Amino acid sequence: MSISESDVRHVASLSRVGLDSARLPLVVAELNGILGHMDALQRVDVSSNANEDATRPMMLADDVVGAVQLMRSREDMAPAMRDGFFVVPRLATHAAPEGNPAARAVDAEAP
Amino acid sequence: MSDEHVRTPADRLLDRGVAAIVEGVASGACSALAMVECTLNRMVSRDVGRDGLNAVLYVDQEGAHTEASLFDARDAARADAPLAGVPILVKDNIATHRLATSCGSRILEGYVSPYEATAVGLLRAAGAIVVGKTNMDEFAMGSSTENSAYGPTKHPLDRTRVPGGSSGGSAAAVAAGVTPVALGSETGGSVRQPAAFCGVVGIKPTYGRVSRFGLVAYASSLDHIGVFGARVDDAARVLAVIGQADAHDATSVHFPPVDDARAGQEEPHPRGTQPLKGIVIGRPEEYFPASLDPRIRALCDASLERLREQGAEIRTVRMPNTESAIPVYYIIAPAEASSNLARYDGVRFGQRRPGAGVQGMYEATRAAGFGPEVTRRILLGTYVLSAGYYDAYYRRAQAVRRLIARDFTDVFASGVHALFTPTTPTTAFRLGAVSDPYEMYLSDIFTVTANLAGVPAMSQPIGRIEGLPVGGQLIASHGDEATMLRIARALEFSLGVEAHR
Amino acid sequence: MNAAHDSARRRDAATPYELVVGLEVHCQLATETKIFCRCRTSFGEAPNVNTCPVCLGLPGALPVLNANAVRLATRAALALGCTVHETSVFARKNYFYPDLPKGYQISQFDRPLATGGAIDVGAESGTEPRRIGITRVHMEEDAGKSVHDRFADWTAVDLNRAGTPLVEIVSEPDMRSAQEAGAYLRQLKQILEYTAVSDANMEEGSLRVDVNISVRAVGATALGTKTEIKNLNTFSGVERAIEIEYARQCAQLDAGGAVVQQTMLWDGAREQIRPARSKEGSHDYRYFPDPDLPPLELASAFVEAQRAALPELPRGRRSRFVAAYGVTWPEAEQLTASAELADYFEAVVAESGHAKRATNWVLGVVLAALNTTGRTIADAPIGSGRVAALIRLEADGLVSNTAARQVFAWLCERDEDPRVVAEREGLIKVTDDTALVQWIDDVLAEQPAEAARFLAGEVKLQGVFVGHVMRKSKGAADPRRVNQILASRIS
Repeated sequence: MSISESDVRHVASLSRVGLDSARLPLVVAELNGILGHMDALQRVDVSSNANEDATRPMMLADDVVGAVQLMRSREDMAPAMRDGFFVVPRLATHAAPEGNPAARAVDAEAP
Repeated sequence: MSDEHVRTPADRLLDRGVAAIVEGVASGACSALAMVECTLNRMVSRDVGRDGLNAVLYVDQEGAHTEASLFDARDAARADAPLAGVPILVKDNIATHRLATSCGSRILEGYVSPYEATAVGLLRAAGAIVVGKTNMDEFAMGSSTENSAYGPTKHPLDRTRVPGGSSGGSAAAVAAGVTPVALGSETGGSVRQPAAFCGVVGIKPTYGRVSRFGLVAYASSLDHIGVFGARVDDAARVLAVIGQADAHDATSVHFPPVDDARAGQEEPHPRGTQPLKGIVIGRPEEYFPASLDPRIRALCDASLERLREQGAEIRTVRMPNTESAIPVYYIIAPAEASSNLARYDGVRFGQRRPGAGVQGMYEATRAAGFGPEVTRRILLGTYVLSAGYYDAYYRRAQAVRRLIARDFTDVFASGVHALFTPTTPTTAFRLGAVSDPYEMYLSDIFTVTANLAGVPAMSQPIGRIEGLPVGGQLIASHGDEATMLRIARALEFSLGVEAHR
Repeated sequence: MNAAHDSARRRDAATPYELVVGLEVHCQLATETKIFCRCRTSFGEAPNVNTCPVCLGLPGALPVLNANAVRLATRAALALGCTVHETSVFARKNYFYPDLPKGYQISQFDRPLATGGAIDVGAESGTEPRRIGITRVHMEEDAGKSVHDRFADWTAVDLNRAGTPLVEIVSEPDMRSAQEAGAYLRQLKQILEYTAVSDANMEEGSLRVDVNISVRAVGATALGTKTEIKNLNTFSGVERAIEIEYARQCAQLDAGGAVVQQTMLWDGAREQIRPARSKEGSHDYRYFPDPDLPPLELASAFVEAQRAALPELPRGRRSRFVAAYGVTWPEAEQLTASAELADYFEAVVAESGHAKRATNWVLGVVLAALNTTGRTIADAPIGSGRVAALIRLEADGLVSNTAARQVFAWLCERDEDPRVVAEREGLIKVTDDTALVQWIDDVLAEQPAEAARFLAGEVKLQGVFVGHVMRKSKGAADPRRVNQILASRIS
């Protein structure tokens, strides 16, 4: 399998890394160089691999208020804050009524 | 070096390691403040700062002074603090609330965490004094510390060479004698590999023993906080303090103690006795390929001979899935990284660059903030998780990962207590010498398996080639750091100064 | 299908299209703290106050699953008849959005907590209910809130809600009318309230509904292309949106067009549906198991303990009320509207021993009083014991129904023993013959002419004298006994 320029453009867009198109051919070549080594895995016999849920114990927490305290204010670390809100450039889809997780997902993919 | 001429009591303690410092401070022979002063002086005299080795990025002179003075004032605390007055350096990807936590990245330039890592809190509670933060490959992605946005760290024995990575700053600082111990982190060998390159001890504990809370995530299922020490005992004592199950890390596990409590206090075994009688050490063939540098092979075999002399049985074993480890690692680690690094979006913390709308802001921020290796791994990880490729890459890599883990389960079930291998296929290479990404990835070929399996592993000095240190690696079964450290102590004692010659 | 025709009442009654609806309901679990950190889940605080390193997505922070969220989600799944799986897995759903702090949402994907349940809706006692399948129940974290209208050029982000524990309850596409969807939602809300899984408060956003809707030719078995309507936060809005979208899809097909798969948003104020802006085909959430959270393993003992601790569910309770108390199905529906009301009712029955009277009192008097005062049964001004005591006074013939209602009104103001109040106010029926005979003798003496006619056998005057006695006794005389005594005087 090899990765194409359009694949790289797609993943660059999904991951918001702002890839400079001048660098694209170089990145495609590098990624193909790396992925070429991954093809060896296709030849490994994994049929004996039955135990999918190799379980590690998971620690749960009691439902008791007691969050880790912030020793510095949110304003101290945020690039931009107003009236206690984090602020970002206004979304193109701002007309979308707020508060819907799936609507968010749709907006997120909007151009 | 100037400090060698005016050796204070603190200097002598610093050179003798953690046990000596703790004894000296607890007994009142030396103050924690004097230890901190001595460390700060050495940072200058041994040139580990940004203009020199570039091992230490941030120094908390004022905070360290304050903390040491407060500690000295608490007579009651001194006597039973397991790390009383021990100066320590912390890798730049472990959250500290006074010093910056920038992960060697532009995107976190100036970021000071509003909370502290569990491990750092445990160190402070034990009486250790955090004096600074050490340089690293950006987001721990690298094997040479050349990927730091704040410039490469240089090898303390040869400034034209790399100290290894990604915890190169911690390894170099301990090798330079600035502190006897430092925290690092590893995902594929980032403690053991630089420990080997720099000639110090580096331990990666069992996955889950040390809380990851506050360790900035690269690849969560592979990330560990690890410890550097000038000697085995130094690192073991720090690990004993930070190896506590933590309610803030769901993958944290309560394991038996890391070390036999008496081990550090015992007199070394007299020559001729057999402290390792009953111990079986495996020599996995796959870690000694025909292509291995014969000088590294010879040093490893000499160490195995020392272990045999001390009563251990050496057994040749097979780990048939070892060769898949690098491809598996370079699918799983970038996949997890692509998700873990999504939070660097310029909204709540860190650097922001303006762009067209919010999407433009994201892209400008991340393009300016991430270096080429980080970008490469994000792209790779996004690709292997994306629709249509998940099964071929990510799912398959997880299946093969389980086979690699089973190699370890099988070999330890067969009566082998620990494995001994070279830590790295080469000694420290020259800055800029490795430019092909995949060739760089191969630096981790002997270390990455322990991360994939989650088993404890460590590197310790076993000799030198052309003046450059060589590391030998011990790997034990889950939770059995005690056996690993018992063997390491015996080998360290047996090799003596040879380990550094 | 009658149901489909119901919802199409604004269209040609002979429509050849059947409506197919499935619902996805997000429900906030009634925990004190968030699902992966120990911040409060309280509603209405200043922005970003309830946030910590974990729910801010700060570097190095890690999620730890709230055990109570697991318990509540398990209860919900069991109450919905689902199989709760021994192992379920949290995954990361990756996408960028300013109110999604980590750049991914932790949710369960291919290994959900539970699958395969059902809710029965819309049947009277004795007839077959409609069974709506539940595909799955899974746990996830909520995102934060983006506010677009606060600042001119900025979107404001409040992360207080980020990390709030949710269960998502996904139904099968089993509903065939808007009314059926409404009935399903009301029944679901009631189950979530009965089991104390959620306060299911739509105004505060603790219940949110997405609708999947398609149409197909009547008799067809394959599903048509669906659209999804989001942002529904009232039940009536859900029903209205389904009707409108059904009509739109039918019209599309009638005009020879095709339904395009898309996401729509409901504008409740304008009662309109409009397409959400989206770039189709670019969704790629790159789900993978969250490496920070090992698989969730639930021991069967835990699941069985949760099952054993489940309260009686609304539908079962209704059936039992019909059988045990002789109430009608509609009365049972009213009495079981909430677990608290049903408990209240049963307490009144138990303490009074009169099921029929208890039904009339609770539905007729108590609920009316609550409606006028705007209270809920949980803070009813008068306890079940007092109501039961009143019912006993009435049933024993000690007070009339009218008098009992007067006492009830008094008791709503202050907590006193009903009998004491009735006696003090002179509302106890006087059944003592000595007093009654005295009153009767008095009224007969006051009106000698009528008295003589009555005593001579003019029976129709008896009612007039009963009335005089009742007036003289200020209503306290027992009219039944007064009649008896008067009748015995006729020679």
